Amino acid sequence: MAEIKLSQKDRMSVAWRHQFLQGSWNYERMQNGGWCYAMIPAIKKLYSSKEDQAAALKRHLEFYNTHPYVSAPVIGVTLALEEERANGAAVDDTAIQGVKVGMMGPLAGVGDPVFWFTVRPILGALGASMALGGSIVGPLLFFFLWNIIRMAFLWYTQEFGYSVGASIAKDLSGGLLGKITEGASILGMFIIGALVERWVSITFTPVVSTVTQAEGAYIDWASLPAGTEGIKSALEQFAALGPNGLNVEKVTTLQGNLDQLIPGLAAVLLTLLCCRLLKKGISPIAIILALFAVGIAGRFFGFM
Amino acid sequence: MSGIAIVLVILVAFLAGMEGILDEFQFHQPLVACTLIGLVTGHPTEGIMLGGSLQMIALGWANVGAAVAPDAALASVASAIIMVKGLGDGTSTDPQTAIATAIALAVPLSVAGLFLTMLCRTIAIPIVHFMDAAAEKANFRGVEIWQLLAIGLQGIRIAIPAAMLCMIPAEAVTAMLQAMPEWLAGGMAVGGGMVAAVGYAMVINMMATAEVWPFFVLGFVLAAIGELTLIALGAIGIALALIYLGLKDLAKQGGGAGGGSGDPLGDILNDY
Repeated sequence: MAEIKLSQKDRMSVAWRHQFLQGSWNYERMQNGGWCYAMIPAIKKLYSSKEDQAAALKRHLEFYNTHPYVSAPVIGVTLALEEERANGAAVDDTAIQGVKVGMMGPLAGVGDPVFWFTVRPILGALGASMALGGSIVGPLLFFFLWNIIRMAFLWYTQEFGYSVGASIAKDLSGGLLGKITEGASILGMFIIGALVERWVSITFTPVVSTVTQAEGAYIDWASLPAGTEGIKSALEQFAALGPNGLNVEKVTTLQGNLDQLIPGLAAVLLTLLCCRLLKKGISPIAIILALFAVGIAGRFFGFM
Repeated sequence: MSGIAIVLVILVAFLAGMEGILDEFQFHQPLVACTLIGLVTGHPTEGIMLGGSLQMIALGWANVGAAVAPDAALASVASAIIMVKGLGDGTSTDPQTAIATAIALAVPLSVAGLFLTMLCRTIAIPIVHFMDAAAEKANFRGVEIWQLLAIGLQGIRIAIPAAMLCMIPAEAVTAMLQAMPEWLAGGMAVGGGMVAAVGYAMVINMMATAEVWPFFVLGFVLAAIGELTLIALGAIGIALALIYLGLKDLAKQGGGAGGGSGDPLGDILNDY
C-alpha cells in the first residue's frame, strides 16, 4: 500500500480553516470546535473508513486553548503525527493529545505578549497617530501590515511544525519536544510574571495619613514671581522637591505604601489566588463575575 | 442615514462581531471598524479620526486565556454609529463634539459588549455538543455547519445592536448610557483591571512546575523597572531560557562522565 501524504494543497486548506479557530469558543472545551473544523481536510484525506473518521473527529474535539496564531505550529506537528498514524505508526490518542496540551500552554505564554501586547500596540499606535489627523493611510497601514505578518506567520510556522513533527513522532519520550516545551515554559513564565506586574491593575484609594509639611518642603504658589519667571521657578522647585512638593499637605495612600514594599504586590497575590481557585475547579466565569462585583463594591464604598 | 448605508453598516457590524472572537483580520479594531463605518455613511474623515482616538484607548485590550477583554467590536461599531448620527441630523454639532461624545461612550459600550461576548461563549457550549454528535457519525458537514453557525452568532452579537442603534434616536442612547451611575461604570473599570489575572492564572496553571516558578518571580520583579520595554523583557526571558537549558545539558553530561551528583557542594561535602 502506498503511503498517504498530505499535499501542500491539503496543508493550505488546513491553514485557511485554522483562521476560524476561535469561532465556536466556548467555556467548556474552548477552541475545540474550531480545531476540529481546521483538521477536517486532513482527516478526510488520511482516513477512508467511517470508524476511523469518526474516531479522528472525536479525538480532535478534545479541550484545546491557546493563542490563535501560535496554534499554527501545533497544528503543523499534529498533521505530521496524524499522517504517521494513518500510515501505521504507533501514535496513540494520548500521544496526540499530549503533544497538543504540552505545546499550547507555553506557546500561549509566548503568543499573547508577542502579538497582543507588542506587535498590535506598535502597529495600532502607528496607524492611530496617522489617523488622528484624518489620514486614510493610518488604517490601511495597520490593516495590511498586520494581515501580511499574520498570514506569513500562520503558514510558515505551520509548515515548520509539520516538518519537525515527523522527528518528534519518532522520539516522543524526550529530546527535542521536551526541550522546546521547557524553554517555552521558562520564557512564558518569565513574561507572564512581567505582565502580571504591568497589566493587572489594582489600586487601593484609602488615605493612610495627611501631614502638613514644613515650610520649604512645598512650593509656595502664592509668592511665585509673575509670568514665565514663575513657571521656571515652580519647575525648579518641583525638580528639587518631587511630587510631594505640589501641595501643602503630604498625602500618603495605602497604595503608595504597598508600592514601596513591592510594586504590583496585590496583582500577583490576586493572580496566585486565581490559580488556586481554578485548580479547585471553580469556573473562570464565576471568578470573573466575582471580580467585577468586587470592583463595583470597591468603587461604591470608595476603597478602590 | 439612507437604507443602503444602514445595510452596509450592519454588514460592517457583522464582520466586526465575527472578528471580535476570531481576532484574525482585525475588522473589530477601532481603526478599521470606525473607518469602514465612516466610509459607508459618507463621513470618512471623521470615521478615521474617531478610529484613531479609540485605537489609542484600546491598545492594550486583548483576550488572554479565558478572560474577555473590553469588547472593541461593540465599542467601535456603536460609537461610530452614534457619531455619524450626531453629524448627520444636527447642524448643531460640529465634528469635534460628535467625535468627543462618541469617545466618551466607547468605554461603557465596551463593557456592555463584554456581557454579550460571555453570553455567546456560553451558547457555544451546546453547539460543540452538537458537533460531538455529528463526529460520532463521521458527519463532516455537520461539524462544519455548527462551526459556521457559531461564528455567525458572534457576528449577530454586534449586528443586532448596530441595527437597533440605526433605528432609535441617538439622544435616547446617549441619555441611557449617561444614566449609568459613576460607581457602576467606575467599578466595572476596576473589575476589568483585575480580570486579566484570571487569564494569566489559567496559562500559569498549564505551564507551572516547581522548576519554572523562579522565572515567574524574576519576570514580576524586573517588570517594575519602567525603562524595560516588553521587547527588552522578552529578550531577557529568551536569554534566561537558553542559559538554563544549556547549563542543564552541561550538568547532565557532567553527571554521566564524572559520576558526580551534579551538585558541586554536595560532592565536596561527600569527599570531605
